Amino acid sequence: MENVIEIKDLTHRFGEREAIKGLNLEVRQGEVFALLGPNGAGKTTAIRLLNGLYTPSSGSIRVLGKDPAREGTIIRRQTGVLTETNALYERLTARENLRFFGALYGLPESVLLKRIEENLSFFALTARADDRVGTYSKGMKQRLALARALLTQPSILYLDEPTSSLDPESSLQVHELIESIRKNDGHTVFLCTHHLEEAERLADRMAILNGGKLLAMGSLDELKQKLAPGLWVEVKFTDAAKIRSGMDLCRGLLSFEQDGNVIRVKVQEENVIPDLVAALVTTGTRITSVEPQRISLEDIYFKLQGSVKEGAK
Amino acid sequence: MNWKTIFTIAKKDIQEARQNKSVWMPILIVPLFFVLLIPVGTIIGMSQAGPKATEMLSDPDMAKFLMNMPPAMTQSIQGLTPVQSGLVVMLGYFFAPFFLIMPLMYSTVIASESFAGERERKTIEAILYTPVSDTELFLGKVLAGFLPAVTISWASFVAYTIVLNAAGFPIMGRLWFPLTNWYPLMFWVSPALSLLGIAVTVLISAKVQTFMGAYQTSASLVVLVLALLVGQITGVLYLSVLVGLLLGVVIWVIAIIMMIYAIRTFNREKLLISTVS
Repeated sequence: MENVIEIKDLTHRFGEREAIKGLNLEVRQGEVFALLGPNGAGKTTAIRLLNGLYTPSSGSIRVLGKDPAREGTIIRRQTGVLTETNALYERLTARENLRFFGALYGLPESVLLKRIEENLSFFALTARADDRVGTYSKGMKQRLALARALLTQPSILYLDEPTSSLDPESSLQVHELIESIRKNDGHTVFLCTHHLEEAERLADRMAILNGGKLLAMGSLDELKQKLAPGLWVEVKFTDAAKIRSGMDLCRGLLSFEQDGNVIRVKVQEENVIPDLVAALVTTGTRITSVEPQRISLEDIYFKLQGSVKEGAK
Repeated sequence: MNWKTIFTIAKKDIQEARQNKSVWMPILIVPLFFVLLIPVGTIIGMSQAGPKATEMLSDPDMAKFLMNMPPAMTQSIQGLTPVQSGLVVMLGYFFAPFFLIMPLMYSTVIASESFAGERERKTIEAILYTPVSDTELFLGKVLAGFLPAVTISWASFVAYTIVLNAAGFPIMGRLWFPLTNWYPLMFWVSPALSLLGIAVTVLISAKVQTFMGAYQTSASLVVLVLALLVGQITGVLYLSVLVGLLLGVVIWVIAIIMMIYAIRTFNREKLLISTVS
């Protein structure tokens, strides 16, 4: 798959402070790529650099084959950005907001009017399209900001914390919209978020940042493989007497913890679990439950962020 | 440079300013005083002054003003009765500098809304992500302040002309306004002051975070106009046609130099960093 974004050795400074430190990453055509990190990790700075709003201190960026610092105007014609704050004109109506932004992209009037109606309808805003945006709920504003970002049918859609200020219902709605945008139109989506479940749900690949530095990059499976190999299984039973001998009978166990009538066993892969259960049954252990403990993005994320803190000490 | 884009930005900023009470209230109230209440009040006062008008013209300040008037201006009151002369001097000459406050005030209030206000509400970032160039964005915002300031100032001048001639007709018996010295003031100095107001506001907006902060600071430019008013009352500087033309040249030059400096320092990176801070 073709890379639409390529970042090499990118560093960006604000005075003495380094907001991005030697970043290397690529984003492939048609994927949802998530940039994860705490506040101040450099996520918004990255979006601004990718759109030519900042000139990098060093390193190189190619977006759709072009350099944003020199060809920002051309790149911005092909990108749509949902900013962290919705940046809507609250004194204008939804229709007026969309019309203004569409005109800035130089869309012909007939095309623009058609797109406005289509987007208002897609984001369920038609009924309130002529009301001032200031009267909208947060969820509606976010939907309108998304409609604005998609108005020009961009090749790359940047979403900066798309659900950070939304309630769970509105967040779910936005997630569903992002999924349907991607499914229907095949946009490349560059998602910046600190909501891990959002990245886990939406992203094909992700990069984890801290203090402007890349900690890890890959798909969730790749990150799991690399950073948390193996699988934890929790086994509960009624009699702990022969548990140790049962464990000795089973191959493929990586580690083992016992707390009374509960053991946590780390196995190499999922298909070791039946062997483990069989071995324990052979020794006469009365098992009451077996639960594989899935490694989540959250586990990986906090492991990485924790290692940064440890390193800082 | 795409002028359609520039006008789109200007149109949106004007549309937004129209919805902001803090912007349109002064734009509505000031002309009400300068165009209607003060001139009509003065005309009524003069018409009832009778013999007191003669006393008024012999007041030491007024006498000094009349004595030092350039010949072209003296001609305009020759052969008039004391009441008629008082009316021409008060509303035709003394009042002229007040009409220079309007373009300054309108341009600074709209430019403050357009530059500082947009940054204050953090709506500027969405525009920065569009293909609009820094120069187009800057010119669009300058135009958003300039066009309404000049248009409303000229409309106020037309309204003032109608009010003076209509309300003053019983005293003057003819259409006597505008006087020639008003033409350079309205059509040469007034646009220059509008541009100066915007240039100062743009530079101040780079330092000040809020619409009100930018407006209040840039509105101090009114002191310049008050200096003209005092200069004329004290007989030091008469706003004759020649003075108006020269004054316009000076203001245009200063405004253009400041504008060039402002456009050179206006860029996306600085705007974003100042918005963040």
